[in-house]
Amino acid sequence: MPADAGQRARFADREGFLAWAFLLPTIVYLTALVLAPFGLTVAFAFSRSTSEAPSYRFGGLRAFREIFGDHVFWRSLLDTLALTGVAIAAVVILGTVVANVLLADFRFRRTVRALVLLPWTTPVALSAISWRWLLGSPGSPVDRLLLHGDSPLARTPSAAVAVAAVQVWRLTPLAAVIVMAGLTSIPRGVWDAALLDGAGFWRRLLGVTIPLTLPVTAVAALVTAAVTFADMGVVRVLTGGGPRDSTQVLPVLAYLRGVEGGDIGTGAATALFLFPLFVAGVFVVLRVMRRGS
Amino acid sequence: MRRRDETGAAAKAVEARRLVKVYEGRRDRQVRALDGVDLTSGQGEYLVLLGPSGCGKTTLLRTIAGLEQPTEGEVYIGGRLVNGLPPRVRQVAMVLQSYALYPHKTVRNNIEFPLKAENVPRHLRERKVRWAADLLDIADLLGHRPRQLSGGERQRVALARALVREPAVFLLDEPLSGLDAKLRAATRDELKRFQRQVGTATIYVTHDQEEAMGLGDRVAVLDAGRLRQVGTPRDIYDEPADTFVATFVGSPPMNLVQRGDRLVGFRPEHLLPAENVAYDSRVTMPLRIERMEYLSGDRHVYGSVTRIGQETRVIARLPATVITPLTVGETHEFAVPTDRLRFFDAEYGTRTAPVRIGG
Ligand SMILES: Nc1ncnc2c1ncn2[C@@H]1O[C@H](COP(=O)(O)OP(=O)(O)OP(=O)(O)O)[C@@H](O)[C@H]1O
Ligand SMILES: [Mg+2]
Repeated sequence: MPADAGQRARFADREGFLAWAFLLPTIVYLTALVLAPFGLTVAFAFSRSTSEAPSYRFGGLRAFREIFGDHVFWRSLLDTLALTGVAIAAVVILGTVVANVLLADFRFRRTVRALVLLPWTTPVALSAISWRWLLGSPGSPVDRLLLHGDSPLARTPSAAVAVAAVQVWRLTPLAAVIVMAGLTSIPRGVWDAALLDGAGFWRRLLGVTIPLTLPVTAVAALVTAAVTFADMGVVRVLTGGGPRDSTQVLPVLAYLRGVEGGDIGTGAATALFLFPLFVAGVFVVLRVMRRGS
Repeated sequence: MRRRDETGAAAKAVEARRLVKVYEGRRDRQVRALDGVDLTSGQGEYLVLLGPSGCGKTTLLRTIAGLEQPTEGEVYIGGRLVNGLPPRVRQVAMVLQSYALYPHKTVRNNIEFPLKAENVPRHLRERKVRWAADLLDIADLLGHRPRQLSGGERQRVALARALVREPAVFLLDEPLSGLDAKLRAATRDELKRFQRQVGTATIYVTHDQEEAMGLGDRVAVLDAGRLRQVGTPRDIYDEPADTFVATFVGSPPMNLVQRGDRLVGFRPEHLLPAENVAYDSRVTMPLRIERMEYLSGDRHVYGSVTRIGQETRVIARLPATVITPLTVGETHEFAVPTDRLRFFDAEYGTRTAPVRIGG
């Protein structure tokens, strides 16, 4: 009997084997749904393939030369970066504020916590349509407010502001939840200790609060960045990149060139262009997190 | 050690007046953690707060420190009313029960943090950190982060972080609870010596009565948010103000025998076989022995006594010098010196005047 128990224990104790067994589905999933499409995109970026002639023909740097010569590409790149930057700043700040509000003790806070996540329950495209109606359609509240003038979505600075605002609107709750989780994991006593140690507001903020919340804030920023610059739904629905490409972003441009324009090569190259930048960003965030924990 | 000299109120470091603290629990449930506490700690005094778990010790300390605002009552520090003022202004150094080290800072930076907040120049800071680290034997750990430390090490870092300062009062919430017996004894001595040297008022919380009796100039016994007694360790032990103090302090606790509307109390070490107690001023009682234990030379005799009151189970602690042979199951005549008897009201538990007991 004891020998039998020993056998079974030994099997369950083989952590190396179990680890692989548990990891296998994830590996299969990642390969099939992430790595393979990504590899294909890379391959297409160096191809001459079009929707009329989809068979693979190697094209070297042709697609990249093409997009570098396109002023709309540069414009979109800047817009994408600016939009992402603005979204990160606004979402992190607002998310932190909202997180702190949600953690405060007040009546109905459970209800409010649930309500705050509402923007996430609707698909991006659908909520973007609501916003387009709100901001741009004749007879909408905003339209009436503006006395039937030009829609904000049809003018230059306001269209970009609207795009950024909708991104911030839909990402702030997620950031708030992430930051909230981070804040609750910090032992309460630490704030007491900082008060007792005689630290003033700024010293508490810079010496305790920010270092402790940095890792989780970095995650919120990363998620915001990833979602913002990979998203084409908001821009496509809200402005379609206009007026005059002033709100164009890379994912939408990639879609226009690669799918609607039929030039798969340039589409893939456009989509891929930000990849190295993104990897660098992820790397920085991971470092921050490792140092913080 | 620099300290402002308050005229008039010079003798009082901390004074709590009729402190009440009510915590609002869930669903309008209220916890009265402090229920009218009056406590004064003298300048340079080592005051120990003793009480069972949940009696409000931490709450009292936090209220004095300014981490909690009292529901009613006032707190004075150095003669100044500090209600509503933040901890920073109160000049208190406190060791929190949960240690609460900064997880992202090294041990050195943890200890240094309060000094930085006071803008102490760098060379002085370094000297003080080194001094505290040596005092608490954590010099090897200065480069580590809190999560790499054992519980006892964390606690010593927390203590060091408080000791490097020059506050008006030290508030220490069970600062040695995580240390092993030997280290605790050694650190306790260091603490006491340090406190004597700097002469800063200290309020020290513990639920360990030995620690309380050994450390305190005075001991304040707290129960369910009320102060039961404040006095020297000797007072607390020999002249307990009520049955709570009598049974909470001392191990084994004081024996209490009901006699009419009174409780007659006597300590186990004063209950001895009758032949060992001077004949002229004693009260005798027959004790039926149920069980005996030998603990580091002493004999602990468990049994029940009659005659002086209702039949009650008691404990007698016989020192090694008492060699009277005793057998389990037999009844032996025991006695207590009359001046060692204490009397309490049977209903309220408060101390009352002595009653004559014949025999
Ligand atoms: N923040 C709080 N909210 C509600 N109730 C609290 C709070 N803090 C303490 N209490 C309650 O107040 C009472 C006193 O708590 P306190 O922490 O002061 O006890 P203590 O004497 O320090 O106990 P211990 O020896 O276990 O540390 C307890 O009944 C506790 O449940
Ligand atoms: Mg406590």
